[in-house]
Amino acid sequence: MTTTGVRPRSDALADRLPGAWGIGLERGVLELRQFFRQRDQVVFTFAFPVVFLFLFASIFRDDVRGAGINASQLYVPAMMAAGIMSTSFQSLGISIAIERDEKVLRRLRGTPMPPASYFLGKIWLVLVSGLLETAILLLVGTTFYDIDLPSSAGRWFAFAWIFVLGLTACALLGIAVSSLPKTGKSASSVVVLPFLVLQFISGVYIAIDTIPDWMLNIGALFPLKWMCQGLRGVFLPESAQVLEQAGDWEFGRIALVLTAWCVGGLLLCLLTFRWKNRREG
Amino acid sequence: MDISKDTWSSLSVRFRTSLFDMTTHANELAVVVRGLRKRYGDVTAVDGVDLGIRRGEVFGLLGPNGAGKSTTVEILQGNRARDAGEVSVLGADPAHGTRAWRSRVGIVWQDESAPAELTVRETVRHFARYYPRPRDPEEVIHLVGLEAKAGSRIKALSGGQRRRLDVALGVIGCPELLLLDEPTTGFDPAARRRFWDLIRKLSAEGTTIVLTTHYLEEAEALADRLAVVARGRVVAEGEPAGLRERYGTGATVAWTEPDGTGRTAHTDEPTRAVAELMRRFDGEIPGLRVTRPTLEDVYLRLTGQEDAR
Repeated sequence: MTTTGVRPRSDALADRLPGAWGIGLERGVLELRQFFRQRDQVVFTFAFPVVFLFLFASIFRDDVRGAGINASQLYVPAMMAAGIMSTSFQSLGISIAIERDEKVLRRLRGTPMPPASYFLGKIWLVLVSGLLETAILLLVGTTFYDIDLPSSAGRWFAFAWIFVLGLTACALLGIAVSSLPKTGKSASSVVVLPFLVLQFISGVYIAIDTIPDWMLNIGALFPLKWMCQGLRGVFLPESAQVLEQAGDWEFGRIALVLTAWCVGGLLLCLLTFRWKNRREG
Repeated sequence: MDISKDTWSSLSVRFRTSLFDMTTHANELAVVVRGLRKRYGDVTAVDGVDLGIRRGEVFGLLGPNGAGKSTTVEILQGNRARDAGEVSVLGADPAHGTRAWRSRVGIVWQDESAPAELTVRETVRHFARYYPRPRDPEEVIHLVGLEAKAGSRIKALSGGQRRRLDVALGVIGCPELLLLDEPTTGFDPAARRRFWDLIRKLSAEGTTIVLTTHYLEEAEALADRLAVVARGRVVAEGEPAGLRERYGTGATVAWTEPDGTGRTAHTDEPTRAVAELMRRFDGEIPGLRVTRPTLEDVYLRLTGQEDAR
């Protein structure tokens, strides 16, 4: 009883609490360490888009009439966009649902960790794994499928902001979608189905000039379609614009839609994020 | 059961008075709970609980499974919303706990999960970073006896070792108040003894400790005071020895008749009973035993589980 008397009061403690950014960075290191220690997960996460790129680009390889490209080239930016979405949306949607179910989140909530640090840690994880995924696909694309690195500073810049905005929007959507599965076990089915559907209607697996307009219009409500389109603009020659719905890369609109999804996704996260699963109320 | 109903009403009056006395020097109380209620659908888990837990004491919440212990502790942790009642933990309402408040409260959950791919040392070190005045991670690892496993991945630990890691993470922030929910469930007897030593050590350092348990010996071994909870209510509260005295009235006298049949008699005056037997047998009474109710008898009666015997 006497020793508790000399303990610091809460006001004094508040000044000494470690900052959210610093803890966020440490959480990022920890998240990456955990991620890379799960070997099979690492292999499958990174191999998945590469395998699909290989399959599609090998099956469809004819020249695309009037566009000055062949079908294989179309798949490199498409798989890159899908890769960005899988390392952000899919990976967060599943892993956070599992962490919630296994009560990792509840435990963190019981500590003075700033909630923002948890999300910062996830952002570092997604950023590093997304960069790696994109680099691998870029390497495969330039080596085997006639894709050139962006030819101008302007295109490099477009590449950078499409990557950052697309990754952010998809990561936020992934955090939001993680609240949908009732258990950690059902997480992968709940998250993968909408992702698969989106890939079909956003021009990842099937060229956009083959997809019915109404499907494409639904796909256009979500970020993936715009990420694909933007990356085509970065990596394909101008002559390929004729394939687009609007006959143009529409960089301005892409920036607008992705930014809107970043804002909307953030609001969605703030409104729906739960530290405990539903059964625990 | 008649006994416990009567005692409940008289005790609750006595307890409310004492609670009032205690709140006049609120600094002495780490936890104050008044009229706490919580329902899950049609089930009332906590039905008007009052508690006053003093700074520096080890307080046990003892009761059978489903009595409302865990719900009560989860509300104290700030992890569950209550339906009614007043709760103050270290001077704040846990439902609106700030970061500074969380840094003063350590939690050991009933069902645990720590990141499986990290090592014990990585995890303890990392959690230390959340707190303004953490303990030394190596010291905490030593305190819970995990030195030999410090470099092992958490997924490679046994159940008991994981539980000790949970305790390490609960105390790493050097909390003023430590809340433990069923901390030794699934321990073997040796591990339980080691855990008890750890709790005593923490208590000796001045940490206020609240633990739930359905093991009576654990409550008796550790708690300075305890509350017996049944069906969402506190049915008795006090020091373990005091509870036995207050509720464990009477004694059982057992002996063997000359024809070899065993006999028992319940009495409030065992000495007189033995004296009468001495007269009857004129000397040594065959098979004589006089037993006072154990705390376990008291506990089972208070929680309405007498039939379990």
